[in-house]
Amino acid sequence: MALNVLALRKDFPILERETRAGVRVTYLDSTATSQKPLAVIEAMNDFYRQSNANIHRGVHTLAEEATALYEDARGKIAKFINAASARQIIYTRNTTESINLVAYSWARANLKAGDLVVLTEMEHHSNLVPWHMLAAERGIELDFIPVTMDGLLDLDAYRALLKRTPKLVAFTQMSNVLGTVNPAAEIIRMAHEAGAVTLVDAAQSVPHLKVDVQELDADFLAFSAHKMCGPTGIGALYGKAELLESMPPFLGGGDMIKEVHLRSFRPNTLPHKFEAGTPAIAEAVGFGAAVDYLSAIGMDNIAAHEHEITEYALERLEEIPGVKVFGPPARHKGGVAAFTLEGVHPHDVAQILDKDGIAIRAGHHCAQPLHEKFGIQSTSRASFYLYNTKAEVDLLVNGIYKVKEVFA
Amino acid sequence: MDDMYREVIIEHYKNPSYRGKLDPHDISFADNNPLCGDHIQIDLRVDDSGNVADARFDGHGCAISQASADLLVESIIGKPLEEVKKLNKDSILEMLGIELGPVRLKCALLSLKVLKAGVYGLGEASDELVE
Repeated sequence: MALNVLALRKDFPILERETRAGVRVTYLDSTATSQKPLAVIEAMNDFYRQSNANIHRGVHTLAEEATALYEDARGKIAKFINAASARQIIYTRNTTESINLVAYSWARANLKAGDLVVLTEMEHHSNLVPWHMLAAERGIELDFIPVTMDGLLDLDAYRALLKRTPKLVAFTQMSNVLGTVNPAAEIIRMAHEAGAVTLVDAAQSVPHLKVDVQELDADFLAFSAHKMCGPTGIGALYGKAELLESMPPFLGGGDMIKEVHLRSFRPNTLPHKFEAGTPAIAEAVGFGAAVDYLSAIGMDNIAAHEHEITEYALERLEEIPGVKVFGPPARHKGGVAAFTLEGVHPHDVAQILDKDGIAIRAGHHCAQPLHEKFGIQSTSRASFYLYNTKAEVDLLVNGIYKVKEVFA
Repeated sequence: MDDMYREVIIEHYKNPSYRGKLDPHDISFADNNPLCGDHIQIDLRVDDSGNVADARFDGHGCAISQASADLLVESIIGKPLEEVKKLNKDSILEMLGIELGPVRLKCALLSLKVLKAGVYGLGEASDELVE
């Protein structure tokens, strides 16, 4: 079903915002963070106006209500990615913290010097640095599935890496720069055949595609609320129950314990074992509202709309002399167009576009090694979500022509 | 914004007068702006009385970072090092003749941070150097 984009744009009050007099914002930076619909803003607002209390310990009405809202949201999130049970959803701050949780808890309990962790050349810094830190501390080895020049993972090279029997394969399901949607189910199946555990960085995929953790057979899967119409400050880690059960706690404190004595403690059961201290309660409520919002529209409809916009954007951008778009063709790609404009630094592109209210990102997008691979320092990146239109792509293209004039 | 891409900035970006390296040199220092990957190296030759005899910059980055490096290098040739040490944020903004928000300010100030870290013989081009 085609999205009624003009109608759903009304759900996002910020899209009416003028960044200067008479210039309405054209928001093409959803890969960094998405905008938030009224349903999410109001759910959080209502929570603070009506139900605010700390969770789990209180017996008064507000505490019970807050606890129910916090746990209901967990159930919605579990259903959204088809987790078998809500106890397999651990609330974290974001994707980065979810990956760090696996690196600190599972990896430190299971990996020793010389063990191999396989990553890819298209990882975001959040799925590189935790492993660099572990390599420095434990002497684990890292190797990388190469990216081909057309922006796809080299699966033959991956097959060869698997012969070295890695303990973990951690990879992004969708690149935040190239937009490449990786064949996650196949990567996981191959990893399992080689006896490796898998971790999926789903920061870009869960907001844009239908993700089913059971169909993927993912061992761990990490994502953030703020990229999927939810608030900042909350994310989730999905894990297979037997893995999460076997893992030691990550952060220590209240709520993650069953009992505490002066010299000992017993950890709580899942998912609370990994949620120390007062969590982001209102944000969890907002996360649940975001999942409701996206589910009502339908992830397949969202993906189809983004595909149409992306195909159009790639076609229009490639017409511009001096523009080079990175990444695979639209059929392998989510709603991301990272490009360079000959003779103009991406910061200058973004700055001049901003004059027309067009918000894109410029830099290495926390994926510096990937840029090194393509021999560039940085790119300009336009990204698309359910609320973007072809008319906005046209504004972007006109804006790039203006940049060319300034630097002519 | 129109101001931000004044002709003088585009001109210094596209046709810099002092891009290059000095060999031999007395002082050389390079650093990056981690946010955007801008990179600047500055080489200096200093004469016996402590004046900058010659200087060059090299690197890559946005128009603001590269133009400000060119303007900065132009301004210090012939000056005593003691005077170079006194340059700060306002000196750069005066040379550029534009106003900048906090993000682009980092682009504009990278060359001065690199220059001062080199002159003081420091290991790192920190923000405090240009306050």
